[in-house]
Amino acid sequence: MLTLMSHGRAIRFRRIYLLVLAVVAVLGFSSGSVSAQDDNSAEVKGSLIGRDDAGERIGIADVTFIASDESGSEAGRAVSAADGSWSISLPPGTYQVLLDESTLPEGQTLRNPDKNPAEVRLIEGDSKSTLFALGTPVEPSSEGSTDETTEFVEETSSVGGITFIQLTVDGLKLGLIIAMCSIGLSLIYGTTGLTNFAHGEAVTFGAVLGYVFNTSGIFGFRLHLIPAAVIVVSVCGALGALFNRAVWQPMRRRGASLVAALVVSIGFSILFRYVILFFFGGRAKRFTDYQIQEQWDLGWFRLAPKDLVLMVLAVVVLVGVASGLQFTRMGKAMRAVSDNRDLAESTGIDVEKVIRQVWIFGSALAGLGGILFGLTESINWEMGFRVLLLMFAGVTLGGLGTAYGALFGSIIVGLFIQLSTLVIPTDMKNVGALIMLIVILLVRPQGLFGRRERIG
Amino acid sequence: MDWGAIIENTFRGLLGEQFIYFALAAIGLNMHFGYTGLLNFGQAVFMAAGAYGLSMSVATLGLNFWWGLLLGIVVFPLILALLMGIPTLRLRADYLAIVTIAASEMFRIIARSPSLDRWTGSSDGLTAFANDFYDMSPFSTGGRYFFGLFIGNQMWVVLVGWIVLALVVLLVWLMMRSPWGRVLRAIREDEDAARSLGKNAYWFKLQALMIGGVFGALGGLLRAIGTQSAQPQNFITDVTFFAWVALILGGAAKVGGPVAGAAILYGILNFTDVFLRQLVDNGYISESIMDGTQVGQVRFMLIGLGLILLAAFRPQGIFGSKEEMALDDR
Repeated sequence: MLTLMSHGRAIRFRRIYLLVLAVVAVLGFSSGSVSAQDDNSAEVKGSLIGRDDAGERIGIADVTFIASDESGSEAGRAVSAADGSWSISLPPGTYQVLLDESTLPEGQTLRNPDKNPAEVRLIEGDSKSTLFALGTPVEPSSEGSTDETTEFVEETSSVGGITFIQLTVDGLKLGLIIAMCSIGLSLIYGTTGLTNFAHGEAVTFGAVLGYVFNTSGIFGFRLHLIPAAVIVVSVCGALGALFNRAVWQPMRRRGASLVAALVVSIGFSILFRYVILFFFGGRAKRFTDYQIQEQWDLGWFRLAPKDLVLMVLAVVVLVGVASGLQFTRMGKAMRAVSDNRDLAESTGIDVEKVIRQVWIFGSALAGLGGILFGLTESINWEMGFRVLLLMFAGVTLGGLGTAYGALFGSIIVGLFIQLSTLVIPTDMKNVGALIMLIVILLVRPQGLFGRRERIG
Repeated sequence: MDWGAIIENTFRGLLGEQFIYFALAAIGLNMHFGYTGLLNFGQAVFMAAGAYGLSMSVATLGLNFWWGLLLGIVVFPLILALLMGIPTLRLRADYLAIVTIAASEMFRIIARSPSLDRWTGSSDGLTAFANDFYDMSPFSTGGRYFFGLFIGNQMWVVLVGWIVLALVVLLVWLMMRSPWGRVLRAIREDEDAARSLGKNAYWFKLQALMIGGVFGALGGLLRAIGTQSAQPQNFITDVTFFAWVALILGGAAKVGGPVAGAAILYGILNFTDVFLRQLVDNGYISESIMDGTQVGQVRFMLIGLGLILLAAFRPQGIFGSKEEMALDDR
């Protein structure tokens, strides 16, 4: 009886132990690549194998690998798992992959230290293995060790809480940026009924234009990022007005159906995206300013100064937009048109003027959102499209057509994406948000703040 | 300028593999949009379901080729249609649009994720699953067939594709003549009216989504067989809109519309592709303006432009009728 019980307890203990191991494994993985980019279309990977004292081949765990791009700034990092395997997801480009020798365990050394930052070129969809040969003679075989029983050292158990706080901060940052981008999407939908798929390209365009001013320069003259951002925001606003005037106003006049308008907006999305690709190229790029910043270690989490400024700026802008919508004449008119177009028109509101203002503000905010995205991650030709789907998730969660709903929904989506990396691999974090989108539609299709009648 | 190559490639576009894959995908979309009025912007995922259904069951699970066909053509697309349809088909049309396009993005992320490499082959995809198909080929490897347009096993793929396409067109024609097809069109015209006549519109829409998905999966499966690989980048979101342009170009709600549309679309795309490449190679366009890789991007710009112009100015396409094609009055 006693033995039986202790046997059962042993089994339960092992279960708990395995669970802890799994959690630690996921945490180790996610905390290593919190700063990984969104566009992880390529990866560099490897398997770090050494020999223990008895000469057995073992995987070397907890060694840090850092990939830096051509400008020398860090593009991604990873920590090797128990079997020595590691991988860093990266946008296509050329990288220096560095094995941080200070993280190697006692008694392990690199066989060719001069090969240490190893250069890799990644093209779209690549998965390249990079070998760092360790220690004394024997060539580590490149075969992947897959089904070995993992034996962990439980030293990272305290990381849990800190990772959670770090991810919350990152999620808040992401959510604020998504919110900034999605207000325009939601207001345009509210005032005109158009689900504007080309809104993501406004985000990309903002970032790309910022890159042109800040990094490539015009006639050799480079602007600092802050004045560049001011110009970008104005240009995006102006282009939004132009887009409305040239395309959407004529379509409204002709009484085009919403489905036709939807298809047209998808056409523009594809057209703009590939025109940007044509001129900008397929590789991810970065702004010149504010790239390399020492992160403040605030105990519970780490934050770069630019991220703090960015979050404060986003909060200020969003509070400004919200109070503008609440208190100014223009904002009230926007909400009125959004609520009931015919009623607003009959009270003497110039609906076309309101729609024009919505386009200007929405596009300007999307452009600013693009700059902020470019600051936290990298700039590439399809970043806006990726963000668009997150915006849809946020806007649907908040309620299509409501401005405040878009705000809250986006922030929740941002938090959800980052926190989901606690359970799913980082490279699949956006899937969580998209699954959430489907679940919302199943449970509460009108969103948190929407009204039921919109969805029928 | 090698006009022979340009003309040859244009004909290959009109009749060849790409035409077959996208004609099948567009027929599926026609089922969704043309007859039932569903906005499916994730046809690429149905194509991927066919491709990965076959390749994963053969290359990953080690099943027989025929089981792979069953999984790829029937099981995977039906599950997918249920997953996407159940939450959205009760709601307004644009919710299905958002969910299907989100499904495309989910597929891309999941299929490329290194953590699932063992199942999906991540970004390299899966290969070597179609040997049984090629073993049945009656054509000799080096031979040129059909006026020299297709070489060896390519002819086998194209021939099977033509037969499948003909059968699917026949099937759609029969379905649309049946009372079932009339219900679908009634739902497209006025869902409330159909419901008031006692038709379960939700269930009919789900059926249409599933059947159209199966046709899309057939296209994707043939594409995987034809290229002998199932790779994520062959089924990205934008692929859906090739099928959309084919559908609207030919004319939605016509049995032959998507077939004609796909042929014309790929004729045009192949022509511009080879024509531009020739211009670049012969120095008529300098490298500073456009290089080889950028030529490939022009094809996507044409798709975007085509969607805009068709939707705005000729929603009924070339062969469609304005009365049936309701892109503009829905």
